[in-house]
Amino acid sequence: MQDVKDTSDPRASNKPGGEQQQQQAGGPPQPPQPNPGPSRQQALPYGIVGAGLKEVTRRVPEDEPPPLPENAKLKSIGKPVSRLDGIEKVTGKARYTFDVQLPGMLWAKWVASPHPHARIKSIDTSAAERYPGVRAIHIPERILSTAQLRDPKAEQGNRYPTVRYAGQPVAAVAADTPRAAEAAVKLIKVEYEPLPHVSQLEEAMKENAPRVFPGPTEQPATAGGGGAPPGLPQKGNVRGPDNKPRGMGPRGDVNKGLSESEVVIEAEYRTQVQTHVPMEPHGLVADWKDDGLTLYASTQFVTSVREDAAELFDLPKSKVRVISDFTGGGFGAKYGIGNYGLLAIHLSRKAGAPVRMILDRREEHVSGGNRPNSIQRLKLGAKRDGSLVALQVQAYGTGGVAGGAGVGFCHSTLYECPNVLVEQYDVFTNAGPCAAFRAPGQVQGIFALEQTIDELAERLKMDPLALRGKLDVSGTDDCLARAQERKVGAERAGWNKRRPAGSDKGPIKRGLGFAQSQWLYLVQPSTACEVRVSGDGSVEAFSSTQDIGTGTRTILAQVVAEEFGLRAEDIGSHIGDSRYPMGPASGGSRVTSSLTPAARNAAYRCARELAARLAPVFKANAENIVFADGKVMVKGKAGSAMPFREAVKKAGFEEISQRAERRDDYEGYLFKTPDMALSRHGIGGVQFAEVAVDTETGIVKVERVVAVHDCGRPINPKLTESQIYGGVIQGVSYALYEERHLDAASGQQLNANVDQYKILGSRETPRIEVILLEQLGAQSSTDARGVAEPANVATAAAVANAFYNATGKRIRTLPMTPANVLAALRG
Amino acid sequence: MQSFEWVDAESVEHAVSLLGEGSERQPVVAKAGGMDLLDLMKNGVMAPRRVVNIKTIKGLDGVRFDAKQGLELGALVTLARLSREPEVRKRFVALADAAEHAATPQVRNAATMGGNLLQRPRCWYFRYDHFHQAGGDAVERVRSGENQYHAIFDNQRTVMVHASTPATALVAYGASVELTGPGGKTRVVPVSEFLLPPDMKRSTDTSIAPNELLTRVRIPAPAAGTKAAYHKQGERESYDWPICDVAVVLRMEGRTIRQAAIAMGWVAPTPRRAAEAEKLLVGKTLNEELARQVAKAAVNGATPLSKNAYKVPVLEAVVRRTVLAAAAA
Repeated sequence: MQDVKDTSDPRASNKPGGEQQQQQAGGPPQPPQPNPGPSRQQALPYGIVGAGLKEVTRRVPEDEPPPLPENAKLKSIGKPVSRLDGIEKVTGKARYTFDVQLPGMLWAKWVASPHPHARIKSIDTSAAERYPGVRAIHIPERILSTAQLRDPKAEQGNRYPTVRYAGQPVAAVAADTPRAAEAAVKLIKVEYEPLPHVSQLEEAMKENAPRVFPGPTEQPATAGGGGAPPGLPQKGNVRGPDNKPRGMGPRGDVNKGLSESEVVIEAEYRTQVQTHVPMEPHGLVADWKDDGLTLYASTQFVTSVREDAAELFDLPKSKVRVISDFTGGGFGAKYGIGNYGLLAIHLSRKAGAPVRMILDRREEHVSGGNRPNSIQRLKLGAKRDGSLVALQVQAYGTGGVAGGAGVGFCHSTLYECPNVLVEQYDVFTNAGPCAAFRAPGQVQGIFALEQTIDELAERLKMDPLALRGKLDVSGTDDCLARAQERKVGAERAGWNKRRPAGSDKGPIKRGLGFAQSQWLYLVQPSTACEVRVSGDGSVEAFSSTQDIGTGTRTILAQVVAEEFGLRAEDIGSHIGDSRYPMGPASGGSRVTSSLTPAARNAAYRCARELAARLAPVFKANAENIVFADGKVMVKGKAGSAMPFREAVKKAGFEEISQRAERRDDYEGYLFKTPDMALSRHGIGGVQFAEVAVDTETGIVKVERVVAVHDCGRPINPKLTESQIYGGVIQGVSYALYEERHLDAASGQQLNANVDQYKILGSRETPRIEVILLEQLGAQSSTDARGVAEPANVATAAAVANAFYNATGKRIRTLPMTPANVLAALRG
Repeated sequence: MQSFEWVDAESVEHAVSLLGEGSERQPVVAKAGGMDLLDLMKNGVMAPRRVVNIKTIKGLDGVRFDAKQGLELGALVTLARLSREPEVRKRFVALADAAEHAATPQVRNAATMGGNLLQRPRCWYFRYDHFHQAGGDAVERVRSGENQYHAIFDNQRTVMVHASTPATALVAYGASVELTGPGGKTRVVPVSEFLLPPDMKRSTDTSIAPNELLTRVRIPAPAAGTKAAYHKQGERESYDWPICDVAVVLRMEGRTIRQAAIAMGWVAPTPRRAAEAEKLLVGKTLNEELARQVAKAAVNGATPLSKNAYKVPVLEAVVRRTVLAAAAA
């Protein structure tokens, strides 16, 4: 659903992404003071461990735990603990939503429109109703995950929602078996009145193109981002310009800046539509009972599923329970209940039985979301010393029937530049809706921006790294991290051995390139966590947050274990249930930054309460009770040590429990809602890529990627590395292979499978070397930040810059297929 | 997928008689590895009433080499086995390599020689049931649509290409298939004639009759001095359909080429012999320059479609490299 309140997309707000720009833009009202209430002045370590750690003093809430030292001095946090649920996953015991089987459960299937644009004149379900095994049929009265008409009157007389993309659900059936559902779907007779359609970006931009919507539209963001700001002009299918991406207004005077520039770099870039292709498709099992609705969801945000269901079915939240044991990937597209969930719930209510609605691979590709394509025109003006004077960007992209085809915020936040004008346009086409996708917009934006900066460096005969050093000077934590990352990355990648562009004589040409990453440092302030200790010595932690594959259970356990002197495996780590204290969305790289401080706060309080209960047992003061190495002891008296469980049993209580919340960052935020707070600091990262280009066949091989990243304090370096591997792999796959192919004449996706939708395989996976910084920002009780998105932002740009170094030619079109590569080499 | 009946065939004769009972309305199909059939059924492109499992037939999985008769492969020999079989690797390296580079290890373990030759085109219009139901001229749809993986030669009547990559090697080796019909009657057809330009409206892209079973593949024994090479060029190496694949078989006397066969797959509706290019090689000693001329001749006359002109230079490079690799083998 598009109108959930939470949003990770600051474009929906009015706040910029960097302090410096805030001043330049004139500055919005000052954000409120963080953490009202009693506080103390606290000295905290600040900086990059191993590269100049210092101490800063911050105002910290009085009940916050004492600051943690660097990871080397900790026992559980910062250790490469293996995934607690790894064995369950590899043995198939882990129960994904796909695997949920309930007694009496029905199987649902939807009728997909074969037309890309049509009015539905009638739907006859009578034959399907009579089909053996059919238990319920539902015709949706509304379609989710699409832009909405600003004035719904334009289509008010229509009995059914207008079909705007081939594959849009029209009706759904629940039956005793999947086969009966499939057969019954074919018996539903739908009379369509086909309308003219347009599915290609540039065709849709033409004035006389068929209109996807009869009037202007709005597209609020989901919790996963995406969406477009309200009230933008719309002419035909073209909506915009949005010239305040992420709330960053235009600054300075770009035309004046360009005229004053000594060097101007200008080029057009094109990127393709990428679909999310999660291993587990979108899906939901709905169990409607008189006393409440239970939903088993493959989701990135348990809370958003509950909110959607409560709102759309007018239920109190107390009557909706959402369970998500495991989610097989989402990458931004799995928020809310979606059309599949809406239909499953309706069908379950009608049939009085649980209903499973899981998309098949075609439905997933077509309707599950995608990363919009782009045509970006960049004009960069600079002085001969490399300083930037003006940056102008015009970007068009299509997210099908949904808005949100921007190219990110990097133009305004990454480099110092006094005159910036970014104009982003959404172009509607008769194609499935886009959704937030691992650094929405930013991946496309960086692909063009980082090539432009490299081009400037070459024009000025400057080293690309040195030029970044000159321009990347905002002083935020991500800027400081990148400076260090450029240094250690260049060393590891062998930057000093980099040769001039096009050095190889033979047909196979090798090159080295690099690009910078930037993403938001986000926190979900509504995050809470509960920690319990039972009388037998069991320790458990509870959060409603979910695991989309990053290892949430494990990091939760590690943080709690640290406070009790236990191992992560000793902690019962419970997530994925809306009945637990509210946890963060797995989107915007914010689970670790939001959950771990709340968890540590709860664990700390619970451990202190436990110490008080144990004090009489040890005949000591509570403040002298320490937990270490699985034991309880009195400080300074090793002889008093007693195994943890044994000690707890002696205390003679049934259960103690503490709940705590994620406090504000000690420095505060640029802007804050209950669901989303944005720091003035970002998350950095730089990546170096080595490529080999076969200039005769156009085959590009990425041979090695050195990925240097920061994520605040890494809670678990093994899982962090794993996420960075995933980001690089997804980035290489995007750079080289992935592309949705639509047939223009029919509006049908031709490669809605994993055979012809090409994703990189094992032989195309480069050697990936991860270097991880430990950067302490002195902002929270764990100082952790995310890494999922930054790991995917720089890859395509780094590969493209390496391509230039190899061949001496720019590749400005993605993906780098032989067709596009050979065209670029001819150019 | 629709319900269907499953029969384990006991013999070739049994299978042939079951297949003969099929009709357009009650289709009966043979299943060996089932790799392609399962996909087609799941995609709604095929809906057989009866599936005849021929994996249960004994004696169809033999690999035999005889200096006189040449190589005889049972239709049920898997691609995995074909790629490892010492006689095949030693004497028919282009075929072994073609088998080795098809699909994925899992698929090669199940996919058979016969099934591979009989598989349907990989054209994404063909593979989507929507375009079977939509009517209209399928070829014209592709011609004006997304044709980046389609034919660059002989594409006036159809633009789809045959999917089998081992077929490219078989054509270069002059292989034939043995088809068995009712009463155990067999006929032997050269692979180059057996494969037909793919057609969405037909139920096969070969000249097999509905009541015939592909039982064997035969390759003549190679003459002394035969050298060969095969290369499949995909966008990916891990698992991909080719942009093109090329098999080259040379008979050499010393350094002189006496006979040459260059077969090119995935660039024409069926594997195409580069006849002009072959002629350039005969009687010559191969060098870089000659290889360049040969490759140029091989792509001469290409008529690419709106989105597949890139295949021409790719094919040219692959022909040149494969000819050089064959001579150096």
